[in-house]
Amino acid sequence: MPTSASKTKRPTKRAAGRPRPELIFGDLWEYDPAPETADPKLQPRYDLFIGGRFVAPASAKYFDSLNPANETKLAEIAQANAVDVDAAYAAAKQAFDTTWGKLPGKERAKYIYRIARLLQDRAREFAVAETMDGGKPIKESRDFDVPMAAAHFFYHAGWADKLDYVAPGRKVAPLGVVGQVIPWNFPLLMMAWKLAPALAMGNTIVIKPAETTSITALKLAEIFQDAGLPPGTVNIVTGFGDTGAAVMNHPTAAKVAFTGSTEVGKIIMRSLAGTDKKMTMELGGKAANIVFDDAPLDQAVEGIVNGIFFNQGHVCCAGSRLLVQETVAAEVLAKLKQRIRTLRVGDPLDKNTDIGAINSKAQLATITRLVAAGVKEGAKMFQPACKLPAKGYYFPPTVFSGVSMSHRIAREEIFGPVLSVLTFRTLDEAVEKANNTAYGLSAGVWTEKGSRILKMSTELKAGVVWANTYNKFDPTSPFGGYKESGFGREGGRQGLLDYCKLT
Amino acid sequence: MTRLPITKTPKVYVGGAFIRSESGRTFPLKDAAGNFFANIPQCTRKDLRNAVAAAAKAGPGWAKRTAYNRGQILYRLGEMLEARKADLADALAVGGASKSAAVKEITATVDRLIYYAGWADKYEQVLGNVNPVASPHFNFTVTEPMGIVGLLAPDEAPLLALVSLLAPAITSGNTVVALASSAQPYPAIVLGEMLATSDLPGGVVNLLTGFRKEIVPTLATHTHLRAIVGVANATERKTLKLGAADSVKRVKLHQTEESVDWFADKAQSLYDLRETLEFKTTWHPIGA
Amino acid sequence: MKAGSPVACRRLLNEIGPVDQIGIEERVAKYTTRSIKKGAKVWGLKTAVSMVDLTTLEGKDTPDKVASLCQKALQPHDDPAIPQVAAVCVYPSMVKPARRALGKATAVRIASVATAFPSGQAPLRTRLAEVKAAVADGADEIDMVINRGAFLAGEFQRVQDEIVAVRAACGGATLKVILEVSELETYDNIRAASFLAMRVLRPGDFIKTSTGKTSLNATLGNNQVMLEAIRDFYLDTGTAIAMKPAGGIRTAKQALQFLIAVKETLGDAWLNNTRYRFGASSLLNDLLRQLEKEKTGAYQAPYYFSEAAESY
Repeated sequence: MPTSASKTKRPTKRAAGRPRPELIFGDLWEYDPAPETADPKLQPRYDLFIGGRFVAPASAKYFDSLNPANETKLAEIAQANAVDVDAAYAAAKQAFDTTWGKLPGKERAKYIYRIARLLQDRAREFAVAETMDGGKPIKESRDFDVPMAAAHFFYHAGWADKLDYVAPGRKVAPLGVVGQVIPWNFPLLMMAWKLAPALAMGNTIVIKPAETTSITALKLAEIFQDAGLPPGTVNIVTGFGDTGAAVMNHPTAAKVAFTGSTEVGKIIMRSLAGTDKKMTMELGGKAANIVFDDAPLDQAVEGIVNGIFFNQGHVCCAGSRLLVQETVAAEVLAKLKQRIRTLRVGDPLDKNTDIGAINSKAQLATITRLVAAGVKEGAKMFQPACKLPAKGYYFPPTVFSGVSMSHRIAREEIFGPVLSVLTFRTLDEAVEKANNTAYGLSAGVWTEKGSRILKMSTELKAGVVWANTYNKFDPTSPFGGYKESGFGREGGRQGLLDYCKLT
Repeated sequence: MTRLPITKTPKVYVGGAFIRSESGRTFPLKDAAGNFFANIPQCTRKDLRNAVAAAAKAGPGWAKRTAYNRGQILYRLGEMLEARKADLADALAVGGASKSAAVKEITATVDRLIYYAGWADKYEQVLGNVNPVASPHFNFTVTEPMGIVGLLAPDEAPLLALVSLLAPAITSGNTVVALASSAQPYPAIVLGEMLATSDLPGGVVNLLTGFRKEIVPTLATHTHLRAIVGVANATERKTLKLGAADSVKRVKLHQTEESVDWFADKAQSLYDLRETLEFKTTWHPIGA
Repeated sequence: MKAGSPVACRRLLNEIGPVDQIGIEERVAKYTTRSIKKGAKVWGLKTAVSMVDLTTLEGKDTPDKVASLCQKALQPHDDPAIPQVAAVCVYPSMVKPARRALGKATAVRIASVATAFPSGQAPLRTRLAEVKAAVADGADEIDMVINRGAFLAGEFQRVQDEIVAVRAACGGATLKVILEVSELETYDNIRAASFLAMRVLRPGDFIKTSTGKTSLNATLGNNQVMLEAIRDFYLDTGTAIAMKPAGGIRTAKQALQFLIAVKETLGDAWLNNTRYRFGASSLLNDLLRQLEKEKTGAYQAPYYFSEAAESY
């Protein structure tokens, strides 16, 4: 392969024998704590949201939602069983048959616009709630999750009266009631990703948030009430895996959409094998982030950091495998370690925190187990010196170098702040390694050469390819995977097509 | 003792400011009952020149806004109009509109703005293309706004028609210099006051009042305008097309002789947006 | 080398690597979301005061104006806990008045913009003579401008040779090399010019963003590109070059953001006025206002502070 202009490093002027120059990232100027103090306006107890009202669960059972940053209880969440899920589907069916399903697109648009605007109004409150419930840094919930959720509603609102342009040559119609199950890594944002296109198309919905992160979904229900959304249009049932299974398997559902692990996705596909339900699956990933030697290295390092440490690495499209060209591997690794030393791990509500809390005790155990496997298999581990809070679930940013394709940490989705670094020599080798996985959600490419970007984008088996950037999302941009990362797309025109039937 | 009300001095909205005509001229506007209502600025060719300069200044910044941002601003404009329906109804009443007719026109106007607000971050997804050329090249076509668009509003539906014509142009990042209805200029004056309180940057929409016979010839020959849209009679159409030929302006005019139903869904369209777009195709090799 | 050498340009760019504009701007945007409170804020503000090169560079400058600037530099505020600024920065003709006003036994240094500031469009011998005169009159530091015309024409060697000549003319004075980033336009050019300069500078010499006389001055983006160049050069050679953003930094909030960039890019060793400076004038009083606000809890009127430009 014609490699990029090889780097002609200037002979170093540093005198032999002198110590290697080091940068000091010490405590000369420690930032004082800067906690976000906006009131998240939490209720002590959250009921199910069915037919436009908050209703107690049939079982009368509730479970605790914990703040993973300090293991304190935030609120009680209703535990829905099959009876509640039936009620939710009945409400959704009725709304589809009588109200929401009958509205012209132009009027549906106005409701969805209202939701977007009301969410923008209460952005900070939602951001604080999201951070407390899920552990993500406040700067991410404030600057990414909440505004992006509002943007998804805003974008899809505009489609509701323009559906004639979605499928050239055909007319589109809503499917009916859709069942949706969403994960805990972006609770509010996944809610928006799922609801907005379904609503724009005229469907009604039964949705189940993840058990560790139900609060912002139920706060969004308050906004549905304020917006005057017809009762039953969106119904929220909270609970554990059995609740999710009831939502996915309900006979009323014309379509189900699931975001979560590949393992659970396969279970859902098996259980629906005897039905004709439409499906969207957005599952796991093990993305390759590929750095060529002509790349802008400091920006690549920034992209690597953003790719794997964004949201503590709880991102299905995280750039968890760094593939770096051998000629610059040492330089990239050195820059990466330096950058990681300045990351601040700790209280998610502190405005200066870069890496927050791991979402749950169970996830922390998974990460710990896989990292131990990496060490045992002989990969070289780097973790910066950082003090983790005594209470709560935390894991330091971790980089493994000397990783090969047969290591478990190079194959299994860790879903944590753990990066595996591999090297390559040629473009073909990079492509081969990147595609050597059952997953195919996303990939990153770093190079100054435009034609190489397009070549890589052509060769990579992944639903999203980021070039000289990483972890970028937009309501207009379809997202979803190849292979065992799932099927169906969310966002853009492609996403809308997954929520309609062609007539 | 009855209180004597303060009457408003109508001014036109140009470059984000409220101004009188540079000529110092006005024309009297009578209300439906034939009583004096106010003096309206009689804008001339120099006002048009200044408005084009203002539009040129605002253009690059407006076009560089993200599509999402332009969409939100148009939506905000809709919010501003909806909240000030009463003001607009009063303005339409000057021209004799009944209360119900005014409400119908205003709500249609707001809905039209919301319709185009939605297109801001979508038209590219429908009009743009990736082209499968028979060579190892990535080839794609994207749209760009043309620049400054001249607009001639009709007398009927003086608010709705004006907004129906200007909204698609600014949605994609064009800027507009419009001549409001000569017979019913007052709704445009009030619209300007609402544009000023929306988040729309000054100079993106510039609204002139005055007489067609004074403005049309300059509109036709001003070479900085890239397109002319609106409604014109046969004579005006010829003047505009002749002028347009000199600087190869795009001209898309409805005919005054065939009245347009501005309330119909047909009066809003992705293809109205397309009228003020350029298309740009880029070739790029694919290779290692 | 008389003419531009495309080979030399290309070689330099290959050695130092490219900069991605969008990427670096996203990086620096993160600095602006840092929240500096309480003790950290006071430390940052005081450190920023100690880093100010208090500047007056106007055609209407007079010895009296410079004398009052020097007084402000020596004692920015009545509060004795507030440090002196690093230097005053004046035109060469004002070096003598500045020296008279400051005296010999002072820690406040005198910086002078020489080399036909701000354009640099004078013969080299004229520029060198100006530098020597300023040093002879008592300047401790010389702020020179690079030959942007030569840089953009690809005459890298000439740019560097001129810096070497000015460095020699400085004698013992510290040299600050102004890249005039707005005229170089791209981050790639800023990085290249930084390396051209650093390779012929002495430890403790500076690279500096701007003259303050063009439309665009110091930004977090070009500051970051230069900090990263300094970092790469230091790790490669062990030579520590200092940095001075200048122009456009008017508020305490901005200054803190620049310092955050220093802390997170170069680390603690650059958080002092031998390694980092602010070329500014109105910044000083805003720093003082914010310090006073931290002390008293009340927001301060600008006219409580001496030498304030605001009269409203």
